[in-house]
Parts: sequence; structure tokens; C-alpha cells
Amino acid sequence: MGELLAALKRKGYEVIGPTLRDGAIVYDKVESAKDLPAGWTDEQEPGRYRLKRRDDEALFGYAVGPQSWKKYLHPADARLWSAERQGGTFRILNNEAQPKHPQAFLGVRACELAAIAVQDRVLLDDKYRDPIYEGRRAGAFTIAVQCTQSAATCFCASMGTGPRVQNGADLVLTELVGSKGHRFVAWANSDRGAEVLAELRMAPATEQDSKEADAAVAAAAGEQVRSIDTTGIKELLYQNFEHPRWDNVAARCLACANCTMVCPTCFCTTVEDVSDITGDHAERWRRWDSCFTQSFSYIHGGSVRTSTKSRYRQWMTHKLASWIDQFGSSGCVGCGRCITWCPVGIDITEEVRAIRKGGKNGNA
Amino acid sequence: METLEGIIAEHHFFAGLESYYTSLLTGCAANVRFAPGTYIFKEGEEANEFYLIRSGKVALEIFAPHRNPIVVETLGAGDILGWSWLLPPYIWKFHAHAVQDTRAIALDGKCLRTKCEENHDLGYEVLKRFAQIMEQRLEATRLQLLDVYASR
Amino acid sequence: MAGTITTNPMLPQPYLVREVAKETPDTFSLRLEPEAGANGRSFQPGQFSMLWVFGIGELPISISGDPALHDRLVYTVRSVGQATHSLVNQRVGDSVGVRGPFGASWPIEAARGRDVIVVAGGIGLAPLRPVIYQVLQNRKDYGRLVILYGGRSPRDLLYRKELATWARHRENQVLVTVDYGGLSWRGHVGVVTTLFKYARLEPHRSVAMVCGPEIMMRFVMRELITQGLSRDDIYLSMERNMKCAVGLCGHCQYGPYFICKDGPIFRYEQMRPLLEKYEL
Repeated sequence: MGELLAALKRKGYEVIGPTLRDGAIVYDKVESAKDLPAGWTDEQEPGRYRLKRRDDEALFGYAVGPQSWKKYLHPADARLWSAERQGGTFRILNNEAQPKHPQAFLGVRACELAAIAVQDRVLLDDKYRDPIYEGRRAGAFTIAVQCTQSAATCFCASMGTGPRVQNGADLVLTELVGSKGHRFVAWANSDRGAEVLAELRMAPATEQDSKEADAAVAAAAGEQVRSIDTTGIKELLYQNFEHPRWDNVAARCLACANCTMVCPTCFCTTVEDVSDITGDHAERWRRWDSCFTQSFSYIHGGSVRTSTKSRYRQWMTHKLASWIDQFGSSGCVGCGRCITWCPVGIDITEEVRAIRKGGKNGNA
Repeated sequence: METLEGIIAEHHFFAGLESYYTSLLTGCAANVRFAPGTYIFKEGEEANEFYLIRSGKVALEIFAPHRNPIVVETLGAGDILGWSWLLPPYIWKFHAHAVQDTRAIALDGKCLRTKCEENHDLGYEVLKRFAQIMEQRLEATRLQLLDVYASR
Repeated sequence: MAGTITTNPMLPQPYLVREVAKETPDTFSLRLEPEAGANGRSFQPGQFSMLWVFGIGELPISISGDPALHDRLVYTVRSVGQATHSLVNQRVGDSVGVRGPFGASWPIEAARGRDVIVVAGGIGLAPLRPVIYQVLQNRKDYGRLVILYGGRSPRDLLYRKELATWARHRENQVLVTVDYGGLSWRGHVGVVTTLFKYARLEPHRSVAMVCGPEIMMRFVMRELITQGLSRDDIYLSMERNMKCAVGLCGHCQYGPYFICKDGPIFRYEQMRPLLEKYEL
């Protein structure tokens, strides 16, 4: 692992990976293998996240932390441009900041790769493309690490996004810890991935190791206790706008927006125009926003979605249904973060099941 | 030359009415004309007739103290003016002010009321049609009340 | 980058305010022109721009001017809050940032050879005025033009002089009504749907374009269907909260549609399942 990090540094990458902080696994700068959360795993339940010691020294022995890679690709605060007054007019200075070094993301899960692909579709492949995301995405080197265990809140298997990595990463690793020692089965999915691998001292993986890696990933899938049945889910949600379940979830939801912040595919932002005291210098900033806020749908004199019910319904319907019409796939990758980080433990998989019951197009 | 009966029978308000009834109605009808500025009826007066406007413009007005009359709605060709003749206490609730040279067919409401009491089938046909007018006016009035163009 | 003309949809281009004309007590039309040496931009009727007042904020405003004139952009703005207030208080010679034009346009192509029915309420006449200009300047390409316009009161009516001019042509039918008549108003009083009984329509060869408060548009839709128009021949302009205008910030979503890039103009057939949904 140390060799991999060194190779990436030599190629000019700033490595971002899992670190331990504040009782959680947080993506931050990784200088050496010592910064990785060796021997830690996570216990996740609706509204609950705890780290627990493992009885081995696995570096990637957890599922997912509260953040996702959108923290780096689609940053929470970004200056779009600044402007200066000049004579009677003004000039725009297009000086959006890009990170100083290209970044290498270490420890990208299959669900996270799927989420990045979802955001690629939204921010790069639609009518207009986002230059900030484009710049960061082009430079980003991804090292995927396949999950060999699932948290109780994971449901990527039912969403078809994991835990097996299909494509999209530069390098794919599977960590094996056991009697035969701590090792990684690795392969490259891209040319620049192959270049990095070529610099490492590696032995070709034995058939046994490959089998063990496959089995570990399959076991992770088998462990999952949650799922969403996505059959006809678009019509189901479109046709059940008035389902009584929305009132039920509205009574619990605090509209705290945690789910949108931890969700790896949520992309909504707002713009803020600021100027300094002299009034000669103005800037436009882009910040993360959430459809759960009261002002998100504000138009002259009032908001369209004033009730928590309407906002929860909007979020879930968009994520699971409208997204399909808009972008050709579901917006949900089954990472389970919204379930874990909801303070009242609302479980999106349970909500879908409840709407199928007694709804139109559902089971009576 | 168009006959009164012909005009009544062709009017969309009376569409579908059996010719026996249109004849009955014609018996209660007369051609009338109002010069611009005339008040066709005033709030508080006894309501004994209603009008099929053939041309011109009539403003429904209401007076408030210390103010000039407020126009609540304007009616024109093809509209039915007046339904207070149909239901007790048979008193007009608004002024009807002909703001242009207005031609109409006046129908004797009192006469028609009596005929409706005698012939409930006719009564039902008349009430059905007036109910529709009232519904349309109510819907339009509610929209007006919403003041949709105001800035909040 | 400074000083160059930008076609980046994220960056405002400075435009000079050439005229601020008062239309009603709270509504003003701004005529903007590009700075010396900069190219103007063309637009399609129904499109909007994002107008930026230095350091204050940005607003989506429909372009209300003549699409045949490429050297200027005209916007009719109603002052209802801080941002619109600062916009209408710009003086001749000030600079306003312009992004765009954005959005889908009114179906002026699909309407060729057919009668055009324009139904507007309040400030809704502003995004429809470019359609009226288009039809009047290409008279042979279109059938009759019927304009049905409703406002709150006589002094809140937009473009009164132009309405009178348009009414003078025999192939045009212009009907105006107000909710509250006031003292000297001799015209129609009542909501805009009450004008339909006076309109001479041939529903099967008509295309209707509707813009106004959402409640008004819902009632007008019903009336147009009652008059015999097909749902595919009726278009409306929708409005939601907008921040980026390029479909990336997520604010303007209405069901599966992004108002800024899929709209703001939609066919009634697309909107029908959504219009009745409360708090969508």
C-alpha cells in the first residue's frame, strides 16, 4: 500500500482517502499508509453510526463513511467568478479555483463509482456542462476497493451497483486478510491505472487468491439485509402522489437535509451574490443546497412546497423516479447513507415497500 | 326577417328545449332596446323579467356610500341578464346599466314563473339552464376575488 | 478573460441600459444594448435571460421585445422585491449583466398557417409580446391573430397604446378585460375567461399560447378545451424558482421537467397531469 501511495505522489497526485476523525471514516489527505483506518469497521443502522475495532488490521474493513467523493468533485463551496467595477460598467473575471494538484481517490466503493457515473450524466452529459465538475473529474484518478463486508444499511446489490466493481475506476483492489497474509488482488481498468501498477513490485495473483477475492465480494453482497424492488418504481411513485404513507413519513421527517448532504448523487446547489463594502468588487459563489429547505421552491411571495410532506415526497420521487425520465437511470446507488445519517432513522427501502402496499399499481 | 320565436329557439341558452316550450316563452317575450346610459333595472326593484342580450354592453354595478358605482361585471351579446326574477324574494341585487346602445329580448319573468309552477317539466328545464349560468358566474367571480394579478 | 465577449452561459455579459419606460405604477420596460464593439444576441419568442445587478443578485426575466431586432434586448419587469426594485431603478448608462437567452420558445413554427390565439393575464403579456411582433411582421405566414388580455385594473394594463394599434387591423381581434373597472373604464369587466364568448375562434385551425398566474392558466386551459382546441395545440409558460438557468442547480424542477431547459414553455398535454397536483 505504501508503494502505491508513493507511486501516486511521484506522478503528482494528491491522494485523498479514508482517515479516522471525529469517530467516523472521513475522506481527507492521505500522506502515508499510516493515515488509513487500519483495523476499524463501521456498524450502521437507521440513525446510528459507530466505529468498532476489528480483530485484524484490514485497511478498508468498513462500508462507507458519511461523506462521498462529491465533496471533492462537486465541492460544497465554489466561487464561480468575480467581477470588478470599471468606469460605468463592470468586467467579469472568470477565475474559478481548481485544486492545485490532480487528485487520486483511494478507496472508492462500487456504489460510489456508480454515483460518480450518475453525477457525470447530470453535470457533464446534459444540455449544459458544469466546468468545475469537468475540471476536477478529468484529473481524478480513482482507486476502487471492492467491499468485502456490507453494513446493515447497504443495499447496492438490489440497485445493481455493487459490491462488485464493473467499470469506471483506474485501479481496482480487493483486500484479503487472513492466514496467508495481508495482501491486495489488483488489476487496472485504464491505461493510466496500468502505468501506476507497472511501478509497483507485484506478483501475478494466484488463482486461489482471485477466487478468495471473488468469494469475499460475493459474501458482502449476500450479507445485505436491505433492498429496494425497483420493478415499475417510476410509475409507482408517479401514481401515488396522494398515498397516505407520505403523511406518515412527514410526521417523522425533520427536514434537516442530512440525507441530501450525505447522498453521493444529490447535486442541487444555489448561487449567492456577494460584494465587498466598497461595492466595487462582487463575487458569485455556488453552494450546496437541499430541496428540503423552506426556500428551495420559493417564487414571488411564497414557496411552492411549504409542507415537509411535499418536500420529502419531492426528494424521494426525484431520486427513484423522475431521475429515470431525466437522466436514464435511477438516482439511487444503494449506499444506505441516507438511512444511517437520518436522525430519526427514516429508511428509504421501507418507505418504498410501504408505498407498494395499498397504493395504485402495488399489492393490495 | 327573423321572428322572435326563431331568435329564442336559436339562442344557445334555450338549445334543446322542445318547440312547445319555445312557443310558450315567445308568448312572454318582446324586443327591447336601451339607449346608452339607461338603467335597465336598479338594485332593490322588483325583478319581473330577464333579458337575452343581442347586441351592446351592459355593466352590472353596485353602489357604495360616497362612491361612484363599481362595475362588477360586463355582459354582452349572447349573455343572459338577470336571474333574480326566478327565486324569491324576486328583487334585483345589482344595477344593470346599458353602457352602449343595447338590443335585447325581454322575457316576462312573472309570466314565466307562473308557467313553471303549472308545468314542472318546463320549470326543470328553465332551472337547469339558469343553474349553469350561476355556476359559470360564481366560478368567474371567485377567480376575480382571488386577485391573481396582485403582487404579494 | 477580462473584457472579451463571453458565450459561456455561466458568465454575465455587461449590457448598457438605454431606456427605462414606465408601463404601470409598478412595472417598467428596460431596453438594453450591448457595449460598444460587442455583438448583440438573437432570441426566440418566449425565451428568458438572467439579469444581474452588480453585487445584488440575478433574476430570470422573459424577453418582451421584438425578436427581429438583434441590437437590443427589452425586458418588462414588475417591481415586487429587492432584486426587481434595484433592476427597475437602473438609470440610462448603467450596466446590467445578461446571461442567456435560455429556455424553450413559443411554437411560432408550428403555428405557421394557423390562427394564433394569445391569452395573457397581468405581466404574462410580456413574454407573449414577441409572438405578437413575429405574427404581425410575417402576416402572410399566419392566419388570424386573437389576443385575449386580462389585468387587475385599467392602470395595470401593459402596452395599452400597442394594444390599440393592434386592434385596428381587421385580421386581428383584440379583447381586453379587467378584474376591477374603476371610474372611467368603459371596457369589459370580469376575468379573462369571460372574453371567450366574444372571441371569433376556429378551434381546429388554431394554436393557443397562454401566460399568466398559474390559477388563471388552469381556468384558461379548461375554457380552451371547451372551445374545441386540442391539448396538443395549447401551450403555456410555467414558472418556478430559478438559480442557474442551465439545468444544473436543481431548483426549477417541476415533476420530471427542469423549467429552465425543458421549458418554460410546454404543451398543455405535458403539463396536464402535473397542474392539478398541489405542492408539486
